[in-house]
Amino acid sequence: MTRATLAILFVFGLVAPFAIYPTFLMKVLCFGLFACAFNLLLGFIGLLSFGHAAFLGVSGYVCGMMMRDVGVTPELGIISGTLAAGLLGWLFGVLAIRRTGIYFAMITLALAQMVFFLVLQVRATGGEDGFQGVPRGHLLGVIDLSSNMAMYYLVYAVFCFGFFVVHRTIHSPFGQILKAIRENEARAISLGYDVSRFKLVAFVISAALAGMAGATKTLVFQLASLTDVHWHMSGEVVLMTLLGGLGTIFGPLVGSALVVTLESELSDKVGSWVSVIMGAIFVLCVLTLRRGIVGEFKALLKRVGVS
Amino acid sequence: MEILGMPTAVLASQLLVGLINGSFYAVLSLGLAIIFGLLNIINFAHGAMYMMGAFVAWIALTKFGISYWGALVIAPVLVGAFGVAIERILLRRLYKLDHLYGLLLTFGLALIVEGVFRDQFGISGQSYEVPEALAGGIPLGFMFLPTYRAWVVVAALTVCFGTWFMIEKTKLGAYLRAGTENPQIVQALGINVPVLITLTYGFGVALAAFAGVLAAPVFQVSPVMGSNLLIVVFAVVVIGGMGSILGSIFTGLGLGVIEGLTKVVYPEGSSIVVFVVMVIVLFIRPAGLFGRS
Repeated sequence: MTRATLAILFVFGLVAPFAIYPTFLMKVLCFGLFACAFNLLLGFIGLLSFGHAAFLGVSGYVCGMMMRDVGVTPELGIISGTLAAGLLGWLFGVLAIRRTGIYFAMITLALAQMVFFLVLQVRATGGEDGFQGVPRGHLLGVIDLSSNMAMYYLVYAVFCFGFFVVHRTIHSPFGQILKAIRENEARAISLGYDVSRFKLVAFVISAALAGMAGATKTLVFQLASLTDVHWHMSGEVVLMTLLGGLGTIFGPLVGSALVVTLESELSDKVGSWVSVIMGAIFVLCVLTLRRGIVGEFKALLKRVGVS
Repeated sequence: MEILGMPTAVLASQLLVGLINGSFYAVLSLGLAIIFGLLNIINFAHGAMYMMGAFVAWIALTKFGISYWGALVIAPVLVGAFGVAIERILLRRLYKLDHLYGLLLTFGLALIVEGVFRDQFGISGQSYEVPEALAGGIPLGFMFLPTYRAWVVVAALTVCFGTWFMIEKTKLGAYLRAGTENPQIVQALGINVPVLITLTYGFGVALAAFAGVLAAPVFQVSPVMGSNLLIVVFAVVVIGGMGSILGSIFTGLGLGVIEGLTKVVYPEGSSIVVFVVMVIVLFIRPAGLFGRS
């Protein structure tokens, strides 16, 4: 069932840019990867990180600097952004996993806010203006990425790689232990697992993937901005994941497609009401649709006996 | 006279600024702690309620000509009533679930409230005059003390210790503390726990609105004033540990002062010093300074 869906989606992703505006698709894929990375934590270990914007944003800035000021090729730009986010994730993780639940959420949020102020104040990042004029460069020094189609397939490849990593992680023995920690942490400890270490590794993977999404996004839009580091972005990724379906494979992607569509459709029409609408969706999700769209759909299929 | 290579007046005035910020941290983290204690919910909408308090005061003055003193009563009552409605209609449905859902719901609520105010009043701040009775200042010899700022510190501390007294020393407070420990038994003893919970949320939110009115003449009244402050308050809560009422009061004040001092010594660091303290405290005492586990 899932395998067939995966194959159909994969082919859809290959032909989609011929029918749909590629820049929009690239945005959906970047945020989709970001949400998948986030979901790895909340959906599979039950850790609500409210500071994921820091990874998305910092990696974007690092990638931007490497591309514009150092002049590396795009793939090295993305890799350096990913590594930077992974390192930052390790730092956050070491501090935050000492506490659980609400405290974990608040600590990650506060750490991310600290990163936000640093990015705002360090001169190299361009402060309020963001980091502009990032070239897309030539992939491996050969393929010119200034065409949107070429860029799209790079983004698609990055997304598929990230998605594969998440999928592999979840379906590995390591992923089983993560689920065990989510279900019953005390029992996982009594079985002899070093719970903190597993959480930390998962946190670093999630941060690095979020960073990969951020670096790719910087390449696509040729800028890194403060919006990506702001804590509103951390909230947005929670919304995407929750709306799509916590702990489901495709949920985050569906959620990010919906949120990106809503935002691009609404932003110039309703002004400040975008945030009201987002907030209302949040409240409705929490009250009535806790399994998210994909989760509810799966439950429906189960009820009618299809799978 | 100089201390730390700094004229005493500069140092003292920064300390005062720190003490004022600390008062806001203390009142807000106190409200969060009370709500968390009984509802097990981190009220992400707390910043929005604080902002609403300031706006109610501003609207009351500009549209209805109600003075500062009137607003100091009206704003907490109105915002508290709003909180009671929120608890009855929305939060009530979440108590059986993981408390992360409470955080997420109140986050959505904060987005809604902030969006509505931004649509109505724009993002730029409105100014609110210092009430006449508190205008001017007192020369202390080594510095000039603006009366309103002194009033903010006194009012905030009075409310904080009043709340502490109510919770620790009165019968109502005893019910509250018992309700936090074991709601089932308290219910069985004939105390209406759901009403207690509703009132607690209303009171916590009213405290935030009270802080908002106090803040109106000091800062600009703007839709984003709450969300920026809230994250610092979260850090304060993590540092303090949310274990005790007194803990949140002292941590709030102390961090305000530390922030003020940093502004004197190293201005660029003042916006992150609270978070740096948080990191250090987490290393040494993961449960927070006053936390129990």
